[in-house]
Amino acid sequence: MSAAPQVKFYQVGSFAAGNRLLGPEAQSDQADPGRSNALTCGHRACQGCGEALGARYALDAAQRAAGGKVIAVNATGCLEVFSTPYPETSWQLPWLHSLFGNAPAVAAGVAAALRAKGRTDVRVVGQGGDGGTVDIGLGCLSGMFERNDDVLYICYDNEAYMNTGVQRSGATPATARTATTQAVGEQPGAPFGQGKSLPLIAMAHEIPYVATATVAGLRDLEAKVHRAMGMRGARYLHVLVPCPLGWGTASHDTVRIARLAEQTGLFPVFEATGGVVTDVTPIRRRVPVEEYLRPQKRYAHLFTPEPRTDVIARLQRVADRNIARFGLLAQEEEVSS
Amino acid sequence: MLKQTEGSRAVAETVAYCRPEVIAAYPISPQTHIVEELSRLVKSGALKPCEYVNVESEFAAMSMCIGASAAGARTYTATASQGLLYMVEALYNASGLGLPIVMTVANRAIGAPINIWNDHSDTMSQRDSGWIQLYARDNQEAADLHPQAFRLAEELSLPVMVCMDGFVLTHAWERIEVPEQTQVDAFLPPYEPRQVLDPDEPVSIGAMVGPDAFTEVRYLAHAKQMQALEAIPRIAEEFREAFGRSSGGLVHPYACEDAETIVVVLGSVFGTVCDVVDEMRERGVRIGALAITSFRPFPLEAVRTVLGGARQVVVLERALAVGIGGIVSANVRTALSGIQLAGHTVVAGLGGRPITKESLHRLFDDAVAGRLEQLTFLDLNTELVERELARMAKTRRSGPSAENILRDVGSNR
Ligand SMILES: Cc1ncc(C[n+]2csc(CCOP(=O)(O)OP(=O)(O)O)c2C)c(N)n1
Ligand code: SF4
Repeated sequence: MSAAPQVKFYQVGSFAAGNRLLGPEAQSDQADPGRSNALTCGHRACQGCGEALGARYALDAAQRAAGGKVIAVNATGCLEVFSTPYPETSWQLPWLHSLFGNAPAVAAGVAAALRAKGRTDVRVVGQGGDGGTVDIGLGCLSGMFERNDDVLYICYDNEAYMNTGVQRSGATPATARTATTQAVGEQPGAPFGQGKSLPLIAMAHEIPYVATATVAGLRDLEAKVHRAMGMRGARYLHVLVPCPLGWGTASHDTVRIARLAEQTGLFPVFEATGGVVTDVTPIRRRVPVEEYLRPQKRYAHLFTPEPRTDVIARLQRVADRNIARFGLLAQEEEVSS
Repeated sequence: MLKQTEGSRAVAETVAYCRPEVIAAYPISPQTHIVEELSRLVKSGALKPCEYVNVESEFAAMSMCIGASAAGARTYTATASQGLLYMVEALYNASGLGLPIVMTVANRAIGAPINIWNDHSDTMSQRDSGWIQLYARDNQEAADLHPQAFRLAEELSLPVMVCMDGFVLTHAWERIEVPEQTQVDAFLPPYEPRQVLDPDEPVSIGAMVGPDAFTEVRYLAHAKQMQALEAIPRIAEEFREAFGRSSGGLVHPYACEDAETIVVVLGSVFGTVCDVVDEMRERGVRIGALAITSFRPFPLEAVRTVLGGARQVVVLERALAVGIGGIVSANVRTALSGIQLAGHTVVAGLGGRPITKESLHRLFDDAVAGRLEQLTFLDLNTELVERELARMAKTRRSGPSAENILRDVGSNR
């Protein structure tokens, strides 16, 4: 047997191993010219849309893991609208959209039908935006978790209702400006102390698998989809997908911004099984939240006309709390020692 | 097999013989006995393969049916009242997607004030939802309509509601001929979906449709419902041949040939109305009754044929269109456009108020004598409502009136 390939880090800043340096069996699903291309070209997403990127990687990985036998169920939202401008479709796999708030139940219905027909080879993936998942669809999602329906549900979190024009959702972070949390008044943007963490809510259901990921760690995203598809029962994957339109970021910055969300600690990346955190992606290069906030127009009011250092410090405390809570720096010592 | 059994149980057994593969259910009175019995049949292994899923709401129940039906499974659920309204968004979606889901609705009033008893407010509110609606006259028909509903739904790729009066039918024990499995199997072939989610032949279902095609899509939904006007009587006739009894169809006229006055009804009140018709006929009154089984699609031709020769029509409504009056009446009037004939709307039996033969005699006598108003509320306690109206007029503050009325009713006791 040949020695394992010598992996070198060449992508400055990301520490990600490039495909070119890996053997074919270790390369990413997307590097495979024969990949399934679940979401193919021709859709109408904005340039640099994190959701389009995340969905393509996630579903290609799901298809590879399931030998191509995947049915996808989609909630209403950007992903649904930009991918199926009738009579065209960008989906290369069987795909069903019903409503904004019912994707988990529809997916569970598909799974029930497959179970009744003895089709154990065909797997179901449900997907929706953060609004469809953490807000209007939460009841259906909780029901799906509680029954342990055999569905992998993926939430593409762009932290607002983008499809209706960037309004606040339960996943919108504090101080972020949206069309319904305007940057006016004494406490501009979304208020502190509201919103919810769906990964933690999912864990409280003690389902087999819960994980978070971002489009900055696409290999990690693929690996998590593979892991989830290797299990049965209700599984939940929460993917941070920056939205150039809603966040006011450059189209070419989507991946960089997602990486900054990880590196600040504002978006902890971890895995949990049966309600217990089993793994976290450590922060290799910790950055202050300001570095993440500055390039985004939704936080512009924190910097002009004069910097709101008090508010930025408060956001820093949120990040610090995440770092402590999930032990995101724990492995740094090991790496450096 | 002829049995003395409860309506709900007969329906559940018949549904089980239709071999649904997915049942999603959420309990609500008076639907509960149906889903309880089905859960027993699935759990005991009598009905298999079948996935019986306890969901967290009616919205989830219908959503799950949508997924299961799109994935090619024969799918069933049952609900009533608030539950039906809780499903509304998914109801329109199921019909828009052309999914042949069958649902029993144990008709019940809608609150507030909360009321668990029977009327047709729930299903009438869904008349434009794109679902076919069939109303059972008795428990035999309620059971028999289910194999027909599956046939119809799957032939046309449209969802079908079987409406049976809550309590009056669901909880009533009667002698019912419950079909045999072999009979149902011969009548109802396995479900073959027109379009199905299948990794070997991927399709996208539920795409975003713009103004360029939406009208055409909606037109086709209408056209499909109109095809049901041919399919419903044909399937009912096949049912009669296979099972040896008649159930279903578009309409059921009773003593209408020479009738001057015809009473139009939906559902179980037909039996009482026919009794009154018989008694009035003995007195020489030329009166008849018409039950509309298929309310959606509305059988304009059939209704016109039966009613066209009469002098007047009394529509007994079991729901109220607040602000105008009659719902069924408006549809009947469409059927009679161009025909000069007196029409009356009678709102009766709301929230389970008994529709007695005495009241009907009085009502029909008034109709025959030309004393009936355009809009009548059968057995309305006018004294009570006038007192409340006066109270409302006295104070500019508005508030819940049900509480006042209940207090008045109590003090009268
Ligand atoms: C019952 C209902 N309420 C509201 C809407 C309008 N609506 C459609 S998509 C959407 C927001 C989608 O936001 P999200 O789920 O976060 O997905 P995104 O578009 O951001 O990807 C809303 C509010 C709807 N379709 N249905
Ligand atoms: S608005 Fe945002 S989520 Fe929607 S398509 Fe554009 S970039 Fe993607």
